[in-house]
Amino acid sequence: MTDATHMDVSYVAHLARIHLADGEAELFQGQLDQVLTYVEQLGELDVSNVEPTAHAMALVNVLREDTPRPSLDHADVIANAPASRDGQILVPKINEQF
Amino acid sequence: MTELNTKTIAELSGMLEQGLCTSVEIVNDVLAAIDAHDGKIGAYLTIDRGAALAQAKAADQARAAGTTGPLLGIPLAVKDLLNVKGQPCTCSSKILEGYISPYDATAIAKLRATGAVFLGRVNMDEFAMGSSTESSAYKKTRNPWNTDHVPGGSSGGSAASIAADEAIAALGSDTGGSIRQPAAFCGCVGLKPTYGMISRYGLTAFASSLDQIGPITKTVKDSAILLTAMSGKDEMDSTSVDMAVPNFAEELTDDHSLKGMKLGLPKEYFVEGMDPEVEASVRAAVEHCKQLGAEIVAVSLPHSKYAIAVYYIIATAEASANLARFDGIRYGLRKDGADPIELYGKTRAAGFGSEVKRRIILGTYVLSSGYYDAYYLRAQKVRTLIRNDFTEAFKQCDAILAPVTPTPAYKIGEKSNDPLKMYLDDILTTPVNLAGICGLSVPCGFSKAGLPIGLQILGDSFKEANILKVGHAYEQTTDWKKRKPVL
Repeated sequence: MTDATHMDVSYVAHLARIHLADGEAELFQGQLDQVLTYVEQLGELDVSNVEPTAHAMALVNVLREDTPRPSLDHADVIANAPASRDGQILVPKINEQF
Repeated sequence: MTELNTKTIAELSGMLEQGLCTSVEIVNDVLAAIDAHDGKIGAYLTIDRGAALAQAKAADQARAAGTTGPLLGIPLAVKDLLNVKGQPCTCSSKILEGYISPYDATAIAKLRATGAVFLGRVNMDEFAMGSSTESSAYKKTRNPWNTDHVPGGSSGGSAASIAADEAIAALGSDTGGSIRQPAAFCGCVGLKPTYGMISRYGLTAFASSLDQIGPITKTVKDSAILLTAMSGKDEMDSTSVDMAVPNFAEELTDDHSLKGMKLGLPKEYFVEGMDPEVEASVRAAVEHCKQLGAEIVAVSLPHSKYAIAVYYIIATAEASANLARFDGIRYGLRKDGADPIELYGKTRAAGFGSEVKRRIILGTYVLSSGYYDAYYLRAQKVRTLIRNDFTEAFKQCDAILAPVTPTPAYKIGEKSNDPLKMYLDDILTTPVNLAGICGLSVPCGFSKAGLPIGLQILGDSFKEANILKVGHAYEQTTDWKKRKPVL
């Protein structure tokens, strides 16, 4: 974990699709560097023979019958959309050809 | 009949059954308390008066027709990240401003079926990320015991509403202490159930392997009533556990004896920098449990000190994935851009507050190529060590006693500019979520300044009955619950 203090906040924010305002990158950089320095203590432990825990309980796939059932009310769902037309959600163009 | 709002679920359900009051009267007293005090406390984001009174009336009619039940006609406050059909669900974030839930969370649907009444939405840290409710995008919530102090968080509105008698009981969620810590700061009872006890369907996800819904109440018995009502397998949450749900409230006896119980005291939980008043109150509570017949045994949880580091890697990693859904496309805020990438970036910049942005960025980083093994995978392995500590400890005892927080509630603004300092306060609560076990916070004293102090009682997975028994016996043989804040 030697690269801890080299996290490029602006680049990671771009990956996370968050535009940062002026000064925000510098502020977060300082705060997150502190956090990353703090978590370096996990390097003290020998975990070479330890299995990772992804979940508090060991789970296997949980399956159910694939049968139709009522879904959410269409009008209620569309009412929450930022833009809609004819009962469908309006989204921005993703391809200039269409 | 006055001040029904100050009573407990158990008291009111008895009064309702005997015809000594109606649900409409209870709701009216609660609404009057909200009107009188919430301007100062700021627990509620929205109050649904019309719906609450209509539900109360329906509960009274159902009772007249012969329906019974401990929650029939009891008004509850709901943390603003649990979906209640037809009510707002903003998670105290601008990105969900105006969002109206199209469905009930499973826990809400189960409570609705028992005839519980939903009063409205209570404040929280934005997306439950915080320990003081100061990261809410909408308002500050103040601690009813001293309004210069924070109520704790993230379920700060839930705890403040109970301390101020602005609801009979409240629902919260606990990812790293978000029920137990505000309960301790506000002098309430808070229960974080075992992972898998209560379906998370309809609970807006923060960190899916850690989140659990739970109650914040005036007494341990009330928490037991709500736990019983909300628990059980749900096909909408594949991590909910299929097991017979006992009636936790009926199992609580009134002999208040802890004879035959072994209670563990972990030396690692009396941390450096702990407030001496907190330590003294908790140690006095341990002595009290001994007087009630419990045997106190020393236990060790040697990896406790790594819990904060593990927690802030795992929780932010999961949050970065969970909060990807807030992209301005299907619901919530949208800020237009020249292309979809710019739309996402501008929407999330305008919609999320600083703490949420910080955590998403940290979570994205620890999962990114080249850093995954060093941070995320290593954290998951240390999580195993923390779990194993508890497994070993519970071989020696039936429950563990500890403080909830290193200090009583601090002042508003005191830690809000120092994220790491705020994170470190979660040292005594996060291990419980990482291990998936259950924990209860019960009032065990007050500081000289008059701020509440909490005792934490931890139980192994699905051993809620043990911690409720200890909490109930302690609470019923002490007088802390009789104190009320001066509003």
